[in-house]
Amino acid sequence: MSDYKNFLTSQVTLGKMNRREFMGRAAAFGIAATTAGTLFSTSAMAQEPKRGGHLKLGLEGGSATDSNDPAKFLSQVMFCIGRCWGDMLVESEPLTGAPVPALAESWEPSADAATWTFKIRKGVKFHDGKDLTIDDVVKTLQRHTDEKSESGALGVMKSIKEIKADGDNLVLVLTEGNADLPLLLTDYHLVIQPGGGYDNPGAGIGTGPYKLSSFEPGVRATLEKNADDWRTDRGFVDSIEIINMNDATARIAALSSGQVHYINRVDPKTVNLLKKAPNVEILSTSGRGHYVFIMHCNTAPFDNNDLRLALKYAMDRETMVDKILGGYGKVGNDFPINSTYALFPEGIEQRAYDPDKAAFHYKKSGHSGSVLLRTSDVAFPGAVDAAVLYQESAKKAGIEIEVKREPGDGYWSNVWNVQPFSTSYWGGRPTQDQMYSTAYLSTADWNDTRFLRPDFDKILLEARSELDENKRKDMYRTMATMVRDEGGLILPMFNDFVNACGKNVKGYVHDIGNDMSNGYVATRVWLDA
Amino acid sequence: MAALGPENGPAPTTETPAAGTLQPQAAAVAGSGVVATMNTGVVGGTFWRRFSLRRPLAALIVQRLGLSVGLLFAVSLMIFGGVEALPGDFATTYLGQSATPQAVENIRKDLGLDRPVTERYFSWLGGALQGDFGTSWASRNSVSEQIGKRLGNSLFLAFFAAIISIPLAIGLGMLAVQFRNRLPDKIINVVSLAAISLPEFFVGYILIVLFAVKFGVATFPSTVYDSMGFLERLSAIALPVATLVLVVLAHMMRMTRAAILNVMSSAYVETAELKGLGAFRIIARHAAPNAVAPVINVVALNLAYLVVGVVVVEVVFVYPGMGQYMVDAVTVRDMPVVQACGLIFAAFYIFLNMAADILAILANPRLRHPR
Repeated sequence: MSDYKNFLTSQVTLGKMNRREFMGRAAAFGIAATTAGTLFSTSAMAQEPKRGGHLKLGLEGGSATDSNDPAKFLSQVMFCIGRCWGDMLVESEPLTGAPVPALAESWEPSADAATWTFKIRKGVKFHDGKDLTIDDVVKTLQRHTDEKSESGALGVMKSIKEIKADGDNLVLVLTEGNADLPLLLTDYHLVIQPGGGYDNPGAGIGTGPYKLSSFEPGVRATLEKNADDWRTDRGFVDSIEIINMNDATARIAALSSGQVHYINRVDPKTVNLLKKAPNVEILSTSGRGHYVFIMHCNTAPFDNNDLRLALKYAMDRETMVDKILGGYGKVGNDFPINSTYALFPEGIEQRAYDPDKAAFHYKKSGHSGSVLLRTSDVAFPGAVDAAVLYQESAKKAGIEIEVKREPGDGYWSNVWNVQPFSTSYWGGRPTQDQMYSTAYLSTADWNDTRFLRPDFDKILLEARSELDENKRKDMYRTMATMVRDEGGLILPMFNDFVNACGKNVKGYVHDIGNDMSNGYVATRVWLDA
Repeated sequence: MAALGPENGPAPTTETPAAGTLQPQAAAVAGSGVVATMNTGVVGGTFWRRFSLRRPLAALIVQRLGLSVGLLFAVSLMIFGGVEALPGDFATTYLGQSATPQAVENIRKDLGLDRPVTERYFSWLGGALQGDFGTSWASRNSVSEQIGKRLGNSLFLAFFAAIISIPLAIGLGMLAVQFRNRLPDKIINVVSLAAISLPEFFVGYILIVLFAVKFGVATFPSTVYDSMGFLERLSAIALPVATLVLVVLAHMMRMTRAAILNVMSSAYVETAELKGLGAFRIIARHAAPNAVAPVINVVALNLAYLVVGVVVVEVVFVYPGMGQYMVDAVTVRDMPVVQACGLIFAAFYIFLNMAADILAILANPRLRHPR
């Protein structure tokens, strides 16, 4: 049995086995899901974890307006706190992004992938001592989808038509087949709460490895170890203190003076200075987030594909990664997917800075005069600098870009997704399907490039329920090429998540899922005295 | 403060005009807002006149209190209008990039943002008049309860900064006068000018680097919380207090020095000198009472700054005060919180200005009967 586990692990780490195969075989051998959860990260956890100690995190992104209701988790701080006290049904594996069991022990799709049955784990207790039941699960999912929902997961859950219990199992019926449904349930809003959290959504009662002992929005939260945790491979420190530090310099000072063990959002401009501090380690994780320049494909002058291509060729991607990300990132290729996604379509030619081609397409487009680009520093860190760099590289191709700096306040409601050419960012999504459905489907609310292509929509929907992976990969290749060559997206760079910790922090798992080890940092690390 | 004109004359600083701007506003509001007081004036016209002649101080306080009620009302109206005028409402700004139309709609409905502006303002005003400031739209916690904690923190910080900086500033100012144009005066001047020229966050960073990172003697971050003991709190606020003291010290010190010097060059001080009085006696008996009004004013302004204007220091030191709280609320248009914070800040300004005027009048009897 353990040999087989080792085999599975090696296959996974070598990238020879995909997530479906793994789940199928692991389930077939009845490997306890708790073990399965750790399997993928075994390579990262070569050392024996030490237990105990008080872990202090200094995090950016919290505010006095934060709510402890998972439906309203928006900030980085709440993302991290929620991961400490709560569990989702499914988690994603750190290295591959594959779905692995959490509160759902296993799952099974129907042949058309439109009906999914989840087996809910038994013997799990909430922090208030009550047992986790199927009723709690159903109600939680309902709270995030019902007509009164104010949940941040509402967009993700849109495709779920019906949520019901079948004995002790959860059954989800979708509007159309979706082979990636389990990954949707990894969304950090979908914390399973007693009674679905209808009564007291902000109580902080969950099944997670830590119990919330105090919470002051925008200031500080403390958590104590949950002695009844259903998993043994997490929650190594005794207690956690999360301090809200919105000032970058304050975070660096706190870390380098040893007052906190971990900080997030290290500024690429100062990361090389921080590196020199004796007791600090920089944690850079490549991820799926990307910084973008977006044009509306249906608005003049950007309704002309030659102008769009000219603007794409006028982007100096290498310089962007170097100057804006301080080297902590990878160049993008004008489609929102990189190799961290499952079924990444390899072999699409990398677009490079080419002033001649840009000038050629610009001439062909017949456009004259300047192009107005709106930007603000809230779009992404360094967005204004990036716009000015872009202005310079475009000038060499004879394209004049006028950069307009918009107020950060209200940028997301007045500029992004409203104005025809602006800067923005995207965090990644668990799957290619979800990324494209969120922002490139004609009917998507956040179709911020106004990419209205029925042929694209058709392939996207077909790929969603396609269970043959080779066919699916080909479809994703076609879609990527369409966005890259005809879309309104200029994607110069994928940014790394840059965090830092003290040298005594061990076991940090680089998780491609999201920043801060996908929010699980506090439950995964331990302190080496 | 208009009555203090002659006393204010010799000490033009950047801050005094700022105080001045509050006054015309007050006057404007007084026209409409305190009609009630005026009306009672008609009924007992002679009574009010006699009262204000016999007890000018009490009359001033009564008048100022009436004015401040009107002023607070105007402030609430302006804050409401200002937040309304900002682009985006609570639902869209709170959800930010993750807003979906349905979630936005649900939040609007839930909070009643679909009601007309006037109706929303009056329902808020109705609650506020009964002392109910409502709940924060974002965290759904009681505003009064949260503000209570934050205000306590802000006052705690301001109090310690004040009890160190005020005596120090006035003492140094007097010392500078005593050694006018000699070495101690020059040293005090150069150092205080340097401190006032550096932005507060820079002073903060320097203190952090020196005392927290290099020597490791100070507590950082300065986050305070409920379960903290008094001594722990004191050690937590040491660095922010030091920063604030450095920032406000120079202003008050230079004002003291200028005010006393101005009085020292007047004819009656010259007379006192010719009489053969000692330098210290001249300062204490003849110069100080006449110089105290501008000094009190600048102290009041700096006190107000210590309570309401230290958001940068709060951010740098990770200190949970009122400033950060209000900034967070404005960012997402959390109206009940913004209103409550704005009113408290306005009340502080009004109260401190009033206190400054009253103290100035007490110190200088000539001001009691303005013509």
